[in-house]
Parts: sequence; C-alpha cells; structure tokens
Amino acid sequence: MRFYEYESRRIVERAGIPVTQYGFCTAAAEAREAAERIGGPTVIKSQVLTGGRMKAGGVKFADTPEDAEAHAAEILELKINGHLPVGVLVDPKAEVEQEYYAAVLWDGRAKRPMMLFSDMGGIDIEEVASDHPDHVGRGHLSNLHPISHFHAKEVVSRAGMTGSELNRATAVLVRLAELQRDYDMTLAEINPLARLSNGSFVALDAHMEMEDEAVGRQRKVMTEIGVDLSEPRELYEPSEFERNVKAIDAADHRGVIQGKDHGFRGNLGLVIGAGGGSLTLTDAVRSQGGQPANYAEIGGNPSVAKSKGLAMEVLKKEGVSQIAVMMSIVSNTRVDIVARGVIKACLELGMDPAETIVIFRIPGAWEEEGYRILDKYGVEYVDRSVSMWEAAGRAVAKVQGVAA
Amino acid sequence: MSVLLNPDFTFIVQGITGREAVNLTRECLDYGAMIVGGVTPGRKGRDVHGVPVFDTVEQVVEHHGSPPDGAVVTVPPAFTKDAVFEAIENGIKLIVVVTERIPRRDVAQMVELANERGARIIGPNCLGLIAPGVGKMGGIGGPAKDAAKAYAAGAVGVMSRSGGMTTEISSTLTAAGLGVSTAISIGGDAIIGSTYAELMPLFEADEQTEAIVIYTEPGGRMEAELVDWLEANGSRLPIVAFMAGRFMDDEEMQGMSFGHAGTIVEGKEDSASEKIARLEAAGIPVVERIDEIPDAVKEKLA
Repeated sequence: MRFYEYESRRIVERAGIPVTQYGFCTAAAEAREAAERIGGPTVIKSQVLTGGRMKAGGVKFADTPEDAEAHAAEILELKINGHLPVGVLVDPKAEVEQEYYAAVLWDGRAKRPMMLFSDMGGIDIEEVASDHPDHVGRGHLSNLHPISHFHAKEVVSRAGMTGSELNRATAVLVRLAELQRDYDMTLAEINPLARLSNGSFVALDAHMEMEDEAVGRQRKVMTEIGVDLSEPRELYEPSEFERNVKAIDAADHRGVIQGKDHGFRGNLGLVIGAGGGSLTLTDAVRSQGGQPANYAEIGGNPSVAKSKGLAMEVLKKEGVSQIAVMMSIVSNTRVDIVARGVIKACLELGMDPAETIVIFRIPGAWEEEGYRILDKYGVEYVDRSVSMWEAAGRAVAKVQGVAA
Repeated sequence: MSVLLNPDFTFIVQGITGREAVNLTRECLDYGAMIVGGVTPGRKGRDVHGVPVFDTVEQVVEHHGSPPDGAVVTVPPAFTKDAVFEAIENGIKLIVVVTERIPRRDVAQMVELANERGARIIGPNCLGLIAPGVGKMGGIGGPAKDAAKAYAAGAVGVMSRSGGMTTEISSTLTAAGLGVSTAISIGGDAIIGSTYAELMPLFEADEQTEAIVIYTEPGGRMEAELVDWLEANGSRLPIVAFMAGRFMDDEEMQGMSFGHAGTIVEGKEDSASEKIARLEAAGIPVVERIDEIPDAVKEKLA
C-alpha cells in the first residue's frame, strides 16, 4: 500500500524523526494560513500517488502567503496523469547545508531488512551506488534480535561519515529501522534527509510503502494518522470488468476468482486458473499470436455461480464473443463445477456453449463428470495428454478462424 | 532415495481441524503418510481420520515419545508465526507452511528462528512436497489416486514457485517416462523458507536425482541466487527451467502483481527477460512450453 507524501511525513514524524513545520491543506485559503504560520518562502506540492508531478507543474515556490494561496488554487485543480490531488502540502523552503539519503527495505535474498545510507542525497540512489559506491553504506538487521544503535552507526560510517553528523544521522537511521519493522513497511525511505544551517537533521521528503498483507494489523496506526482505508490506492483506476469480478468474488467465500484487464485489449476471453497456470496460459496464448482480452485466476474450489460470474463478465467485455477455459492439472478445483459454471454463463447470455467456448482444458479432480457435461453441450475439450501450449494454440486458431 | 522425506518419516498437522487441513490429512494418509498427531488449541481428545488431536505440539511430542520429523502448518495468517515457532521450539526440523497472505516480517522471523535452530521451512504459500512412492507432505497432487496418476518415481527433481504447476510439470515428466525423484512446491511469496539454491545441496546428495527442473516467474532474485550458487559450488545435475509470466515484461504491467504475491516486477533485474538471459548464460536452458521440458531434460542427460 502506497502513501501520499503528507501521510509519509506523519508516519516519519510519529517515529520521532524531525520533519519541517509543514501543512497539509485541501483548500487554497488553508494554504495561505499554513504559509503565514510557517513564515518566509514556501513550496506548494500536489498530493498525488503518481510520479512526475514536478514536470506536470504540481510543485511551485511561493514567496508570500498570497502566492501560496494562488499556487495552491491552481495545483488543487491540476490533474496529474489523470488524477486530481487529494490536497497540497505547504512546506518551508528550507536552508539546506547538505542532503543525505536514508532507507530501510527488504532484501529478499538475505531475508532480512537492509539499511542504506548515503551522504549524496536528493538524487537517484541507484546512480549513486553505481557511480560512487564509497558514498553508500549498507547493513542488514536481524528479524529476531533487537535493533541496536551501533547497527545504524556502522552503516552511516560505511558511507564515509564522522563527527557530529555521524551521531545525528545515526539517530535518524535507527528510528527509520524501527519504523520499517513496527509498521511493516516494504520500503521506508527519506530522500532527501537534510542537514540545516543549525546542524540539525530533518526529513524533507519521505516515501513509505506498507505491505498489503499487514494493512489489517496496522489499522490502529492508520486511523491515527488519518489514512482513509476505504479509498482505493491502485496504480490505475479499476475497470468495470475488474470491479464486477471483485464483487462476484466477495459475494461468496468458496474459492477465489480474480480478473484484470488493464493493458489487455484482445478478443479472446480467458477463463483460466491457478496462479502459475494463468501466467503460463496467458504467455502461451500471446506467443502463438493470440490476443487475450483479459487475465484471470480461478483458485480453490469456487461455486458454480462464481465460475459462471467470471465467464459472464469476460463474455460481456467489448469485442469478446469467445472464451477459452483452461487450467493446469487441478486437485482442489472441481472440473465439473467449472464446466457447469461456464456453460451456464453462455446459456444465460443466449449464446451457444459449443460456439462460445473454443476449448476446455482443465484436467484433474472430477474430470469425468466434467467431460460428461461438456459432451452434452458439444463443447470441445481435451485432457492432460494435450499440453497447455497446445490447448492455447487450438483456442487461438479457432478465434482467428472466426475473425478471418 | 528422495529428498527430505523417507519411508519412516513422521509428521504432524497444525490446525488439523480446519476444513482444508482435514482434506489434506486424508490425502496424505491415503498416500501412506505417517501422521502421528494434530494440533488445534482447545480440541484435545478429538481425532481427524483417526489422527489424535492435541492442544500443543509439546503434547504430541510426549505422545509420540520424541519430536516427529515434520509439521504441516495450515492455520490463519495471524497465527502462523506462533505455530511455526511452536514447532521449531519443540524440536521439529522440517516445517511446511501452507498458509498464504502472511506478512513478510513474520515469515522472515520464522526463517531466522529456523536457521538458528537447525530447522528448515518450505513455503509459505505452498502445497508441500512429494516423493513418489515414498511420501507426501501437504496438499500437493491432491487425493492419493490423483497424486499417483501425476507423479511416478523417477530421476527428476522438481522445484516450483507454483503449487499447481508442480503437478503439471511432474505429470509431463511422468508421461514422458522420466518420472520424479522429489517435487517441492517452494511457495510464491517474496520471502520463502527454502529457495532453489538452498535446496540444491539436498538434490545434489540424492542418488536418485539425475536432473532438476525449476518453474519460475518474474519478481525476486532467486534465479540470480541459483546462478551464483552454481558458480560457487558446481553441480553434477543438469537444470532445465520454465519461465511463466513473460507478458509481465510489458510496460503497462510494471508494478502489477500477478499469480503470486512475490510475482511483481519492481526493478529491471526482476523481469522475465532479464532472468532468462541470466539463467541461459549459466547454461540453464529456459523453455517456452511445458511440453518441451522432457526433451530438454533428455538432451541434457544424453
């Protein structure tokens, strides 16, 4: 789960890391008040989840509270990548002596959190790591043993730092490490972390990502920092197809169905399943010249209604008149139930199952029952002796035959 | 022989009274597994298909006379870490974690404790493992008769990030007469207990295994780890890989997760094309079709 900059700021602040005296505002007049409170020049930043706001004109500098109000009014109306901001952040234009980079993130290979620190902040850390490796300190943390001050100190010192800067930066990094752990963050990043003219360190910008699986147990914290959990935070706006499939899935606890069509624009509807099977089949269709209309996953043992629901949603998509129903060998999902579901979907839409279902390839549990039903409606099916690739190829050929 | 399992292998099922656990217990017993006890707190005194149920792992150990060899953990995500810790601290050395959607911090904690105590975790978010004709631990392959149909004893070790595809690949190897030594569903999460590289030494030491097939996906650095392991240690075993999710390389799919929680392209190194290039540079052919796997293995063995 991603956070807006102002939310990340609140999280960092909560963890005891100094931040600037910022203001989050949803109206232009509030931005003026915030600028008055801050005093001096300010920066007005659009609060959107997408990147590229600087380029799009979503960040503006203001010398006076009047400017701040005028800029905020503009930015609040400015769509960035199709998204209106949820508000603006009013930040003092800080007197920065030097910028640093601090982050704690998962290292999947080490299976531990990793701390990263650099005295070259404000720029892309991967660039720094490749061009100036001696300016980047790294260190892993235990998952079981306490986070100790010295762990952070070592990392800061590995970035080549010493003196009072070392001590002040260490205090920030250790708190960031605790934050990453306590809030189940997959990424906790402060960039830039700034040293001001008075020697103090403040987080000027922070980027936080919480693991989706942990959002449930972090509910209390989220409420406290004012995160609206009912608001979707997808990378893109879900389509009607995606919303409908989600609703069908939620209506019944048996089995799982998922559907995505972002980035899919083809004519072959896919009613496919199991995690790895769906990936394999989507590739097999595309590699043989087919154009999937969607991606789908059937998992567990869904009811007839659920299987039907998925097939109907796929068939209702524009430009789709045929579906391929395919899975890798199943042991949990019942073949006959999926068969019933997809046939019912065709019938309810007034379509002939034999014409509509170009291929049915789900071998496994209750397959004999399934084949009996498919026979009755004249649907072409294959067993496990026909590979996933071959079944996908058959589907592509049939759809293209119709199109030609 | 086989990897991890043997004919005398004993294990317990934690969360045994849950619906899926009851099925899994039936399937494993039918396949010949020795399940010596189950644990569900508060259900002591019941039985599941004849397997006695206890409140604690400690009670099972006492009943059995010593720690059983393994545990299958299938409890809700919020309780999984505790269940795995309980198994580890009671001396169990092989723990299969079936549960999915466990927060990463919990998984990392389980794995670290297992490492400290000399135990091994398979999963989470996996179907377990099967050594054809020897034993089955977890839902892998389904009911015993279905598992027997897809898995014949043979020469190929299978490691897969997808539980379902473990069976599809093994069935293909079985149909081609190659068979399977041990097939392990390693789990689809970003952090798992045992990676390809961490399991390689076991297959290396197993006389029955003559080749390895891995199923992999975009996301994570497990393939790079395998390549590094091979460079450092060498292997007598030829490896063939299958990569699913090539479509995720498309610009529009960046940052989206498909199939499994760990299947998400976050950086260039995680992409399918990058992984294919890395594996092939290490002499591991990456086939595009499951049905090409048997010939690729035979070619390597010839």
